[in-house]
Amino acid sequence: MTFEELEQIAAETRENREKSPRELNVCVAAGCLSLHSDAVKKSLEEEVKRTGATCRVRGTGCMGLCSLGPLVASEPSGQLYKSVAAADAAEIVKNLEGAPVPRLLCSREQPFFQRQNLIVLENSGRIDPEKIEEYIAADGYRALVHALTEVNPNEIVQEVSKSGLRGRGGAGYPTGLKWGTVSKTAGTTKYVICNADEGDPGAFMDRSVLESDPHRVLEGMAIAAYAVGATRGYIYVRAEYPLAVKRFGTAIREARRLGFLGSQICNTKFNFDMEVRIGGGAFVCGEETALIASIEGRRGAPRPRPPYPAQAGLWDMPTLINNVETFANIPSIVRRGGDWYASIGTKKSKGTKVFALTGKVRNVGLIEVPMGTTLRQIIYEIGGGGPEGHKFKAVQTGGPSGGCIPEQFLDLSVDYESLRELGSIMGSGGMIVMDDSACMVNVAHYFMEFCMSESCGKCIPCRSGTAQMFELLTRMTLGTATARDLELLEELCDMVSSTSLCGLGQSAPNPVLSTLRYFRDEYIEHINEKRCRAGVCECGSTVGVTA
Amino acid sequence: MPLTSKKPPLPSEDKRWRIVNGTMRRHGYARDALIETLHTVQESFGFLDKVALRFVADSLRVPLSQAYGVATFYHFFTMKPPGEHVCLICMGTACYIKGAGALLNEAQAALGIQAGETTADAKASLMTARCIGSCSVAPAVVFDGETMGNVAGKNLREKLAGWRPA
Repeated sequence: MTFEELEQIAAETRENREKSPRELNVCVAAGCLSLHSDAVKKSLEEEVKRTGATCRVRGTGCMGLCSLGPLVASEPSGQLYKSVAAADAAEIVKNLEGAPVPRLLCSREQPFFQRQNLIVLENSGRIDPEKIEEYIAADGYRALVHALTEVNPNEIVQEVSKSGLRGRGGAGYPTGLKWGTVSKTAGTTKYVICNADEGDPGAFMDRSVLESDPHRVLEGMAIAAYAVGATRGYIYVRAEYPLAVKRFGTAIREARRLGFLGSQICNTKFNFDMEVRIGGGAFVCGEETALIASIEGRRGAPRPRPPYPAQAGLWDMPTLINNVETFANIPSIVRRGGDWYASIGTKKSKGTKVFALTGKVRNVGLIEVPMGTTLRQIIYEIGGGGPEGHKFKAVQTGGPSGGCIPEQFLDLSVDYESLRELGSIMGSGGMIVMDDSACMVNVAHYFMEFCMSESCGKCIPCRSGTAQMFELLTRMTLGTATARDLELLEELCDMVSSTSLCGLGQSAPNPVLSTLRYFRDEYIEHINEKRCRAGVCECGSTVGVTA
Repeated sequence: MPLTSKKPPLPSEDKRWRIVNGTMRRHGYARDALIETLHTVQESFGFLDKVALRFVADSLRVPLSQAYGVATFYHFFTMKPPGEHVCLICMGTACYIKGAGALLNEAQAALGIQAGETTADAKASLMTARCIGSCSVAPAVVFDGETMGNVAGKNLREKLAGWRPA
């Protein structure tokens, strides 16, 4: 494949699209699908056929504003229709030429769309994720061809280092540094793994990227493989994401067909191929050594590091393991340069971050903002604030490894360091807004139950510690705890975080610690007054089911 | 080198075993295909039993203990046959905040079973998930593989009642 051939495919695809200038793009990613957008698509297709309108109906990826789904975009006018039902098809098709249907109109001028800066999600909702030609027409695979034919692997690593990109799985390790280590480590075979085991409850960024623009991730992985000298790749996807598995499988087959995977890619000496591995529903497999054990067909138990996977990973070979979003940033960085990427974001956190904004906000969905955007901008401008009649209480980031951030810190900019200072973490990007209907003790209890059940059982601090903390928190939610139980809980938090083997145990106390730090009075109320101000815990009787 | 390259015979005439065998063949009977193969078994049969575990372990030359360990470690695998219908309630944070706990209570009451169980008439199973990633339409419930968003107690009761006509 050469630039000329790429250009030819792109031109043909554009030409084809221009044959029918009108388009109705229906979101067929998970959010809208669960609101039956497939039925909407079908009925639009039938209506177009019936009326003979010159219009193409396409299935595309996520358009972001999932809470108003199913979303349909009408091109070229750019009008966006919200909450479309199959029965609306006739009206939409009838009004293709004239004025839009006001009843269904969803403004693109609102801050939800205007405030975003799309890099990872630039094609999301604009291309058909199952057609490689559409990705190519949107400048896809240019970065890979450029990397393979015009620069050497080392220059790619340098470009990624220059971009300042940090791991988007949550820990924020500099990506360029990791790539450099793998490329320098000697090994007969090297591997590239994409971590798509998005286990944090309340997070669906990776799912959406894989469902909406899978080739972007695939291209990022291929570039990474070239940069570090790997020949084989794996993408480890959760079994809970069947659509993502299917679309990525299609992407692999299509990429093979056009020669972006296989041997002698772009007539160079570079060989690379990959396969999908399906997870088994174990949260711990998001930890890199556990994930590697799982790909090897074993139970997902982590092992001590070092050696890091970069030195001895899959089958003890040097292995590069990055998150979906990290790989998804790579094509843009290679195409537009590290300096361009580094110009976005804050001093230490570069680029953009995708967040799954959910919970008690009006605009629920997927957003991408520059690092350094404040929580207030995200929740109130993009998210549109909480529902009427309730008061904002906290925003939870980082899933079971993160924490709850209270109102007084809403003006803080979102980056790796400032979130850590607050006792939370960036995490993979789940952002759950809670209002006064949520009880912080109950939330801590919920996450501890999660960590207790998901502990793999290998190391004692995590296995027993989470169970003991869960028991103490249960007592608090039941209103049977004493002041001594609170002391004990704090001691256990310290012990489990400092002595556990892997990230799961080390961060399991975070939800407790952060809620204790900012909402201690709620704990005290549960203990002294046997009272839950949110009315969630049934202090004194049975607790609401959380398992 | 393995002591013998002989593969164990298929456990029965059931055609589904050939699908299972196909997955193993595609992976060259490599040991790391264990999880992939168990996924195929569960897809084909609905659950894993001892016969399946022994067959897969023997074919891939892994100890039965490892196959059992893997089958019981991962939540996705089940060793109990599911009911005719499966109701899976997402307990992810977004769903939880929006009342998934109450939905679970309703489902348990409606079916008379706890999460993870199947009704005595084998009509329905009730499951929970950590997070199915449909947070934007929380609370979400998956009925027989089809995700329903913004579920209210009423939707849930109607759906479950439809599965088990009185």
